[in-house]
Amino acid sequence: MDQQNRKGWLYLIPAILFLGIFMVYPLIDVFIYSVEEGYNSASQTYAGVGGYNYGYVLRDPYFLQALKNTFILVIITVPLSTGIALLISVGLSSIEKLRHLYQTVYFLPYVTNTLAVGLVFMILFKKTAYSDGLVNLIITMFGGTAVDFIDGPYWAKMFVLCFYTIWVVMPFKILILTSALSSVNQDYYNAARIDGTPKWRIFTKITLPMISPMLFYLIITGFIGAFKAYSDAVALFGTNLNAAEMNTIVGYVYDMLYGDSGGYPSYASAAAIILFAIVLTITVINLLVSRKHVHY
Amino acid sequence: MNNHLDYEKIEKRAAAKKRVLNGVVYTLLTLWGLMVLFPFYWMVLTSVKSYGSYNAEYIPKFFTLTPTLQNYADAFTAVPLAQYFLNTILFTVVTTAIMLVVIIPAAFAFARLQFRGKDLVFTLFLSLMMIPNELVIITNYVTITNLDLRNTFMGLILPSVASVFYIYLLKENFAQIPDELYWAAKVDGTSDWKYLWKVMIPICRPTLITITILKVIECWNSYVWPRLVTDDPAYYLVSNGIQEIRENGFGRENIPAMMAAVVVISVPLVVLFLIFRKKIMEGVARGGTKG
Amino acid sequence: MKVVLQNLTKKFPNRNKKEPGEVIAVNDFTFEIPDGKLIGLLGPSGCGKSTTLNLICGLQKPTSGKIFFGDDDVTGLPPENRGVGLVFQNYALYPHLTVRQNIVFPLENLKGKDKLTKEQMNEKALEIAKLVQIDHLMDRKPSELSGGQQQRVAIARALVKMPRVLLLDEPLSNLDARLRLQTREEIKRIQKETGITTVFVTHDQDEAMSISDMIVVMKDGVVQQIGQPQEVYDNPVNLFVAKFLGTPPIGVYHGTVSGEKLLIDGTCVLDVPGAPDGEVYAAIRPEGYILRDDGPLCCRMSNVEVMGRDISIVSTHPACENTAIRSIISAENRVADDAETVRFALKPAKVYLFDRTTEARIPFAAD
Repeated sequence: MDQQNRKGWLYLIPAILFLGIFMVYPLIDVFIYSVEEGYNSASQTYAGVGGYNYGYVLRDPYFLQALKNTFILVIITVPLSTGIALLISVGLSSIEKLRHLYQTVYFLPYVTNTLAVGLVFMILFKKTAYSDGLVNLIITMFGGTAVDFIDGPYWAKMFVLCFYTIWVVMPFKILILTSALSSVNQDYYNAARIDGTPKWRIFTKITLPMISPMLFYLIITGFIGAFKAYSDAVALFGTNLNAAEMNTIVGYVYDMLYGDSGGYPSYASAAAIILFAIVLTITVINLLVSRKHVHY
Repeated sequence: MNNHLDYEKIEKRAAAKKRVLNGVVYTLLTLWGLMVLFPFYWMVLTSVKSYGSYNAEYIPKFFTLTPTLQNYADAFTAVPLAQYFLNTILFTVVTTAIMLVVIIPAAFAFARLQFRGKDLVFTLFLSLMMIPNELVIITNYVTITNLDLRNTFMGLILPSVASVFYIYLLKENFAQIPDELYWAAKVDGTSDWKYLWKVMIPICRPTLITITILKVIECWNSYVWPRLVTDDPAYYLVSNGIQEIRENGFGRENIPAMMAAVVVISVPLVVLFLIFRKKIMEGVARGGTKG
Repeated sequence: MKVVLQNLTKKFPNRNKKEPGEVIAVNDFTFEIPDGKLIGLLGPSGCGKSTTLNLICGLQKPTSGKIFFGDDDVTGLPPENRGVGLVFQNYALYPHLTVRQNIVFPLENLKGKDKLTKEQMNEKALEIAKLVQIDHLMDRKPSELSGGQQQRVAIARALVKMPRVLLLDEPLSNLDARLRLQTREEIKRIQKETGITTVFVTHDQDEAMSISDMIVVMKDGVVQQIGQPQEVYDNPVNLFVAKFLGTPPIGVYHGTVSGEKLLIDGTCVLDVPGAPDGEVYAAIRPEGYILRDDGPLCCRMSNVEVMGRDISIVSTHPACENTAIRSIISAENRVADDAETVRFALKPAKVYLFDRTTEARIPFAAD
C-alpha cells in the first residue's frame, strides 16, 4: 500500500510542480502584492501593509475609464451575442440542406488569430487620408456621414469594439447552442406539432426550457469572458489603449505590470483582484437567478 | 364537398408558410455567413493588391484584376515574419509536448491509481479551474523576470504548460475504460506504466488528439503572456509579430503587405481546422472557451 | 371516424452511399379501419409499421397513395389540422411541466371559436385524468412518476382534445412485464369508453392479439394479412404469419405431399385431401399434437416442462426447422421422463401447408 501511495504521487509530481509554481503560488502571492504598499520591483522591498493600492487604483482615472469601457462592453455584447447566437442556432437546426457548410463557416472565427483578424476589421472601419474605408463607403452610400471608427469619437470606437467582440465570441455560442438544440428529443416537437402548437409557443414553452441550462452556461461564461476582454481591443486600437480611451480592466492590469506605466505589480494585483471580485459577484448573481428559472 | 376545398386551402397555406419561413431562415443564415467570411475575403483580396493600386483606391474595389504576390515576398523580407513563424512553431510544439507529458500521468493517477489523498488533491485541482489567468499572470511575470528568463523560450513556455482543464478531460476519458481491462492486464503481469502506454493511451487517442489540437490553437493565438515576457523581436510569436508589424513594420500605410502577413499567420490554423473540423468542434463543445 | 388508407406507399432515399437507391418502408397499403375499432399494427422491427403510423398522423408525407379520415382527404394536411392524438413510445412528456400542464398543453393551442377558458381546460383535464386514473397526480412532474403512470399521462394528453383518431406507438414496450399486462387491459377499457378509432403499433404478437379488434401483420413494408386476431391465428395466409403469431412458436417441418398424404421424413403423418403433390412446409401449432403411442410422428424426447394446467413436451425431429419442438398437451396425460422417443398424432385443423418456394398457404380439406 505504501508503494501504491508513492506511485500515485510520483505520477502527479510533474503536474503538481507546474501548477504549484505557476498557479497556486502566484494566486497567493497576488493577494500579498496587492496589500504591500510602496513596493519597489528593483529592490523588492515595500514600505508597509494596507489598502493603499486598492485606493490608488480606484481613484486612477485610467482605471475608471477601463472599468467604464468594460462594463459597457459587457452590457452590450453579452445579451446581443447570446441573442443572435440563439437566433442563428434555431435557424440552423430548422434546415437540413447546407447545414454542415453553414456550421463550418460560422466556426471559422474561433480558429483565427484575434490579433490578425482584428487588423482586417481595423482597415475595414478606418478612415484615412487616402480612403474612407469600406464601412464608411457603405454609410455614405446610405446618406450618412463618414466617421473614423478607429481614431474617432468614443462611441464609434466602442461600436467597433463591440462588433468585433461579438464576431469573435459567436462561434463558441453557436456551437454550444446548436448542440444543445439537437440534443432535445425530436418527439417533443412531434408531440407539440400534432397538438397544433404554434411555432412561437413551441419555442418559448418547449425549446427554451429544454436548453435553458446551456443558455445559462453561455450567459455565465459570456459575462466572464467579456469582463476579461483585452486582445480584441489591442487588435483594433493598438497597444496604447489608454491613449485611445479604449482600455479594459485586464488591459489596465497589464499596463500596470509592463508597458507605458512600467512595473507596478502592486497596483496590477489590486486591479486584478478587483476584477476577480466583480466577476465572482456577477457569476454568483447569475447562478442565483438561474436556480430560479432553469429547468434541469 | 365544401369540406374538401377547405382542406385544400389549409394545405396550400401551410405549404406557402413553410416556403416563406424557409426563405427567411436561409437569408438570415447566409447573411451571417457573409458577415463571417467577408473579413477573410477582404484580407486575401487586399493582400494581392499592389501597394500602389491599393492606395490609389479612394473607393475600395471588391476585386482586383492584377493580383500580385509581391506583398507576400515583402512580408517575409521587410519584416522577420519567418522568424516569428518559426518561434511560434517551436513554442507551440514544445509547449504542447510538455503539456502532454505532464497531463497524461496525472490523469492516469487520478483515473486508475489508488493512493492516500487522491480525492483531496483532485478537488484542489478542480478548484484551480476557476482561477482566472489574469490573477496569476502578475506573479508569473515577476517570477520569470527574477529568474532572468525574459526573452527566452523557457520563459515563454514554462508558465503556458499547466492546464487543469485538459487533465480533467483526459481523466474523465480514462475513467470510462472498464476496470476489467486493468485487472486482466494485472493478472497477465503488466506494469501500470506499460498498461498506460499500451492500453489506455491507444484507447483514448481521439481525446488526446482533440486536446492536442485545442492546445495548439491556444498556443498559436496566445498573445498576452508573450507580450509581457518578450520585448526582443527575436522571440516574438506571430500575435506579437503582427502587432509589431502594425506599429512599426512596413511603414504604417503598407496595408497590403500587412494583410499578406495576416493571411500567412491565419492559414495554418484554418487548414488545421478544415482537416480536423469534427474533432475540434466536438472538443470545444465539450467545454473549451475562447482562451 | 373511419380511416381509409388507399395504396399508401412511402419510399426513403437509401442512406447507404455505396448503393444509392430507395428503401420502401410501406408498399401499397390499402385498408379501411372501421369507426370506433382498436387496430393493432403488428410486425418485426423495420417492417414499416411505425412509418404507417407517422403517415396517418401526418408527421411524414406518403410518396403516393391517399389517406382519408371519414370522407375527408387528409393526405397533404399537416398534423396539427388532422385532429389526431399520438402516444409516443417514450411518452415524450414535457419534463419541465407538471402532469396538469402536460395534459392542458394541447388545449391551450386551440384558437378562435374552440378557445376554452382556464376553468374549462382544467375541468376537461381533470375529467380525462379520472378516465385514466391519474387525477391524484396532477401536480407532480413526470420525473416523479412511475413508467406506468407516465404512460397514462401520455394517453391523457393525447385524448384530452378528443382526437378523431388515437395513435399509439409501441405503447407498452417501456413497461415491465406485469405492468404491461395491466396497462393493455387499461388501453382496451379506455378505448371502449371513449369509442375513438385507435391504431396501435407493436412488435409483440401477444399484445396485439389480446386487445385488438383487428390486427394487420406487416413484413418489409408489405401487408401480409388483415383480420380478427383469432381468424389470423387460425388461418395464416403464409408461412411468415404462421411463424410470427403464437407462443410457443409453431413447428415448421420440411415435408412432401404425395397422393393427398403428408409425408414427413418419409412417413405419412396426415391425410391432406385436396392438396396437390409437391414439396411443402408443414407447420404444426403446439396445440396440434395428440400424444399417442401409435402416432405417426416420432420425435426424440428432450424433456417435459410442467406448466400446471398443461404440460409442454420438448422434443426434436430431424425434418423440423425449429431446434426444439414444443407441444402442449393436457396435464392429464402422463409421459415417462426417461422415454427416448415420443409419438404424436396430429389435429388436421392445426396443421398448415405452405408452398416451399412461395411460402403461400396450400389449402386442404381438414375434415
